[in-house]
Order: sequence, then C-alpha cells, then structure tokens
Amino acid sequence: MIETNEEIIPTGLEEKQYSYLNLGPTHPATHGIFQNVLKMDGEVIVESEPTIGYIHRAFEKLAERRPYNQITPITDRLNYCSSPINNIGWHMTVEKLLGVEIPKRVQYLRVIIMELARISDHLICNSVIGVDTGALTGFTYIFQQRELIYEIYEEICGARLTTNIGRIGGFERDFSPKAWEKINRFLKEFPEVMKEFEGLLNRNRIFMDRTIGAGGITAERALNYSFTGPNLRAAGVDYDVRVAHPYSSYEDFDFIIPVGKSGDVYDRYMVRQEEMWQSLSIIKQAIKKLPEGPFHAEVPEFYLPDKQEVYNNMEALIYHFKIVMGETEVPKGEVYHCVEGGNGELGFHLFSDGGRTPYRLHFRRPCFIIYQAYPEMIKGSMLSDAILTMSSMNVIAGELDA
Amino acid sequence: MEAAAQEKIISVINEKFEGEIVEAGMVRDFFTIILKKEKIVDVIRHLYNHTDTQFQFLTTLFGVHYPDQKQIAIVYQLHNLVTNQRIWLKVFLPEENPQVKTLTPVFAGANWMERETFDFFGVQFEGHPNLKRILNVEDMIIFPMRKEYPLEDQTREDKNDLMFGR
Repeated sequence: MIETNEEIIPTGLEEKQYSYLNLGPTHPATHGIFQNVLKMDGEVIVESEPTIGYIHRAFEKLAERRPYNQITPITDRLNYCSSPINNIGWHMTVEKLLGVEIPKRVQYLRVIIMELARISDHLICNSVIGVDTGALTGFTYIFQQRELIYEIYEEICGARLTTNIGRIGGFERDFSPKAWEKINRFLKEFPEVMKEFEGLLNRNRIFMDRTIGAGGITAERALNYSFTGPNLRAAGVDYDVRVAHPYSSYEDFDFIIPVGKSGDVYDRYMVRQEEMWQSLSIIKQAIKKLPEGPFHAEVPEFYLPDKQEVYNNMEALIYHFKIVMGETEVPKGEVYHCVEGGNGELGFHLFSDGGRTPYRLHFRRPCFIIYQAYPEMIKGSMLSDAILTMSSMNVIAGELDA
Repeated sequence: MEAAAQEKIISVINEKFEGEIVEAGMVRDFFTIILKKEKIVDVIRHLYNHTDTQFQFLTTLFGVHYPDQKQIAIVYQLHNLVTNQRIWLKVFLPEENPQVKTLTPVFAGANWMERETFDFFGVQFEGHPNLKRILNVEDMIIFPMRKEYPLEDQTREDKNDLMFGR
C-alpha cells in the first residue's frame, strides 16, 4: 500500500489537482451493480464514495405479504452463490418460532448441504480473486467442481442456482441414491482439484506480490465495522457462528476455525481456502455419522403431505389446502436466528403477530455491513488493489442490496 | 441468559443511568431491554466500556413500525464476544418526526444500518455524517417500510383478499 504524500505531485503546480473516476456501476470488477466514485491522486485513491441500491428488490417488504413457506424463494436470492444456506437458515428461524424438534438425520443432511454451499461460495470468491490478479485458469478450472455441487442440488431439489432447498421441518424428499453417488464423486474428485488450484495460486510469486499487504484492515477496525465471516477471521478474530451459537448439530463435528493475521487480501484468500478443507472434513464426518430416521419433522401445518395421503385422508387434504393457500397461522413472538453464511453471520429477525405472514422480517445481510468499510480499506492504495480488495471481500450484489 | 447475567447488565446500566430502563425481560432466548430514547447512545457507550459487560460488537440495527401505537421501534442487537452474550436494546420513537442520536461515534458499522433505517422508516439520526437514502432513489418522498404503504396497489381488484377467500 502506498501512502499519499505531497511529494507525488511535481512542484510548480498552482494547486493540487485530483481526478475523479467512476468504478462501476456496470464495471466487470464490481461483481454486480454498484458504483464507486474514486477521487484519485495519480493512481492513488484519496477518497471514495460507494453508491449501492441499484438492484434493491424490497425483500423485507415482500416478506410482509407472503406466507412463511413462500418466503424461501426470497431468501435464496440474497446470496445466490450459496443459496441453500439462506434457505435452511430461514427454515430454522421459522422452526425456532414454532418450537419444532428436528430429527437428527435432517440436521446432518442440512449440514452436508450447507457445507457444500459454503464450498461453492468460497470457490467462486477465491477463483475470482485469481481472475482479478490476471489468472483466469483457476477460475475456469474450478468451475467444473462448482458444476458438480450444482448437480448435487439438482438431484436433491430440482434446481441449481436459486435452489429453494428443503421445507420448514426438513426436506421435501430424502436424498436419492443418485444424489449420494454425486456427493461421493465430489468428495473423491474435489481434493485433487483443490490441490492443483492451490498449487497454481498459493505460492505464486505474482499472486503473492499483488495480494499481500493490499486492502488490509485491523482486527479492531473490523470489529468496529461489525465484520463477520472470513473477512473478520482474516483480521485475526476467531468468531464463527457455527461455534459461538451452534445450530443444526454443528457441535457434533470437529473442525478448526482458520484465522489470519493482517486482514489483507492474501489472508482472506487463505482463510477461505482453509475453510473449504474444513467444510470437506465436516461433510465426511456427517456422512460417516449419518443416523437413520425420517427426513422431515412432524409439522403438518407447514409440510406438504404425501399425495396419496391427500387423496385418502381428510386431515391431509385440509393441511394441503391450507399450505397451498397460505392460511396457516403461527404463534406470536420475536425470534432471531443466525447461520454462518458464505460472508458471515446471516441473521433473520422475525417478528410475528400471529398472522399468516410475518409482521416484520429483517435480514442481517453480512455483505451489506462489510461493504461500508470499503472506502476505508482502499484509502491510500492503488486502483488495482481496490479491485482486488473488492473481490476478496466477496461482495454479492443480491446480498448487498437486498 | 441466566438471571445473574441479566441482573448484572441491569445493574451496570442503573449504575450510571438510573431510571432509563422502561422494561426488561426475556423474549424467547434474547434478553431485551426497552430504554428511553434520550440517552440510548450513552447507555450503549457505557455498556461498551464497562468491564462487566463489554458489548463491543453491534450485530445489527433496524426499525419496526407499530402503526396502532403510533410508534417506531429501533432495535439494537449487541454482542459480547468474550462471554458470548447477546442482547436486544429497544427504543420507541413517535411515528411523527422520529428522532434519535446516531450510534456512529461508538460503532463505525452503524453508519449504513442507520442510513437504511432512515431510508425505510424516516428515522432522523441526529449527528449522522451522511444521512441520505441508501437503497432507494433519492427523490423518493415516502418511507416505504412503514405500514401505511402496502406492498400491492390496494385499488386493484384482481388481487384482493376476497379472491382468496379471506
């Protein structure tokens, strides 16, 4: 990082002149649509002002008009790189409100899906850091693995990107043998590809020169900015929701929380890289310990009954009708549930007044909170570092703008 | 949260700000304290600095509109990362001209959260460095998350509740 000082400007100029540069709104390096007006002193950034909100879709307002099971499609458009985490986080929030006990098997299956989603999220982020340093190879190479994860989703729920995976109370169906086959194939192939990917970038001279020391943030500032997730851990704070507030049986698994030191681009990259290995180990543990049992909890008010039941059983017909029409009522109350999303603590504040829709739903979107530190992180650095900083923070436009 | 921890937090607040607490109690697993709005930032700063509480992490901040009480609630969720305790602090502001002091001197991260709350609920945060709309367009004249602005056009007849048997 280069400090701005007066000496950069040649003497003899009457007054210091700055140039202004628009980074975005639709620059490929902005990973979506948002604008940064940079005040430049040569190639050094003096100040910047981000403008977001270009794809604001009023999620919170939409949620106030929808029955609980219909909110799932809203959540998976937040962080579209790891939509199952959002879906399952939302389901767990409603289950917390209803006070439902979830079978152990469902919890383990959820862990498997969430860790797969975390891997795909981190894969994209890390390979994009590579792209922004000029190494396209890793990005194209790693996409095959992301494709495998998407195929697993496809076997489980039928969708690939915006998944709507699962239901309130569990999954809509048990994992098929084909899905297990795909998961096993992924577990077998992924480590080799990861090792090759790491060989490409981890100790690459150009990559290290470009990333070490760029876009750093101290632990103190990161906490003050309410950072969570890999960005906070890269700064040296070992806060992970999976350990601090365990959900979905995360306490049953052994894993370590990787932490960095300086909070720069390289540390963020390395933390994500290590987290993927940890996720892989969690998936393996979960498959090994996977208990037998039902794949959904007993919540007939929220769980579509079997079609044969609907034809033959009056109660099942009533529940089917009520779910489809969104007539189910929930208890009054306020709950907060958080999961470790791809970017950090993804929280759902749910206020229910006992009606068929939430009274108020607030998403704590980690990316929205992280991105406000961006002007401070790039101040005094070069333009090329600003691009790298942005991609290493894993800015997801859907999550930033809601 | 255990009763002892709750009492400790209340005593820390009462130490310096006697009479600021309106109500305190558990909301499910969250210890919630409703405070008067005037000194909310000072209370949070006190909780931040005090060795017994150390709520040094602002998880989130948002508003909730209660039209029948003509009030807007601001919810602050604080987190003590050392003891892993989380609390909700709430203040209630009048619906007409809601004003509260800004939290940005204590938490830099409160900046955009407050801008978002302003954008959606029209809450004026006094002393905020850059209080303007963040997600909506700047020339918008309403505060869309308030309950008087329903999501769908109420004059439409093809989507009203009657069609769905409600």
